[in-house]
Amino acid sequence: MPEILDQARTQVLENGVGLDQAGVLAVLNLPDEHLTAALQLAHEVRMRWCGPEVEVEGIVSLKTGGCPEDCHFCSQSGLFTSPVRSVWLDIPSLVKAAKQTAETGATEFCIVAAVRGPDARLMKQMREGVAAIRAEVDIQVAASLGMLTQEQVDELVEMGVHRYNHNLETCRSYFPNVVTTHTWEERWETLRMVRESGMEVCCGGILGLGETVEQRAEFAAQLAELDPHEVPLNFLNPRPGTPLGDRPVIDGKDALRAIAAFRLAMPRTILRYAGGREITLGDLGTRDGLLGGINAVIVGNYLTTLGRPATADLKLLDDLKLPVKALSATL
Amino acid sequence: MTPTGERRPNPVGSPRTGATPGDVTSRSAVDAPWCDRCGEAAASGPHEGCAAARTLEPPRYCARCRRRMKVQVLPVGWSAVCVEHGESRG
Repeated sequence: MPEILDQARTQVLENGVGLDQAGVLAVLNLPDEHLTAALQLAHEVRMRWCGPEVEVEGIVSLKTGGCPEDCHFCSQSGLFTSPVRSVWLDIPSLVKAAKQTAETGATEFCIVAAVRGPDARLMKQMREGVAAIRAEVDIQVAASLGMLTQEQVDELVEMGVHRYNHNLETCRSYFPNVVTTHTWEERWETLRMVRESGMEVCCGGILGLGETVEQRAEFAAQLAELDPHEVPLNFLNPRPGTPLGDRPVIDGKDALRAIAAFRLAMPRTILRYAGGREITLGDLGTRDGLLGGINAVIVGNYLTTLGRPATADLKLLDDLKLPVKALSATL
Repeated sequence: MTPTGERRPNPVGSPRTGATPGDVTSRSAVDAPWCDRCGEAAASGPHEGCAAARTLEPPRYCARCRRRMKVQVLPVGWSAVCVEHGESRG
């Protein structure tokens, strides 16, 4: 057994203290023959510190495309020649999407907008949309609207938004290679305000943007420092027309190593499968991740791409005897 | 239209392709001269990569006129609207 896994068994599994950056790097550098052991340990950690439940979430794009920012992975930036056009979702369709999500057994519904930060029109749409959902659907509402002012944070709390997603996307040292229209620190400031507001913090990122393994470890350590309630883990799905459109998909074993490493860095967080798992891991890899530290999934489609049918993921969870977290457990 | 919105004529005399995965309404080959993923002429290549990608993507271009469509992805399904040819769902 590699020394880092022995260390993690004592430090993380028994004492609940996450690995530091050097420890995460050691896990990310484990040879293939130790990957299964790393995943098994990460699963034990997840079961010990989070329990067996899997949190299921659906997401929807309230405002698609036309974003003024230049996040190099994103097909919704208006600065690239992506085929994604700008479109707004109306309130009845938003409520219908929330209902369809709730019918899968999901407890979370995240409303997302491709913006630098919300303007008055978007905040009005959110206010009306969240109120309509809360009136008709039993589901927790989360939001992801870019960078916020303190007033907007307060307004979202007042609406009843219980969790706010704002991804750091990658580590601080690599961020300028991915985004040039705003800084990592600006994102951190929004996350600070969200935390202080009492909303749950959801913050993760994307692996496979061209970062080194060392930077992947740096990212895990920085997320651990933030200590978010939830970490959505995406794997780059290269989008046509974006600066990263020709990048290769991350190797499946590297993706699984990252899942184990991020779990060992953050034993208590909700670690969610987000975009890109279908093309990176396939069905078998998805199963390995769910038994290797993941304890939450996005079901159904993503914002501009399609996912597995919710029924396929729910059947997999059933096969693995992993119960879906009930809404009552989140309130 | 081009990928950025400029209108282009249909490729005269080019071979036609059938519907791509995910479309609800199957179209005849005559009706779909453009690849609905990349927006290039269906006759310009086999578009096997596009067809594979389309299993996890909605269409982005109208296969009949190459206009970029307004696409809304929902947790269950998607809708795509071409200003000329209307809405399709999947």
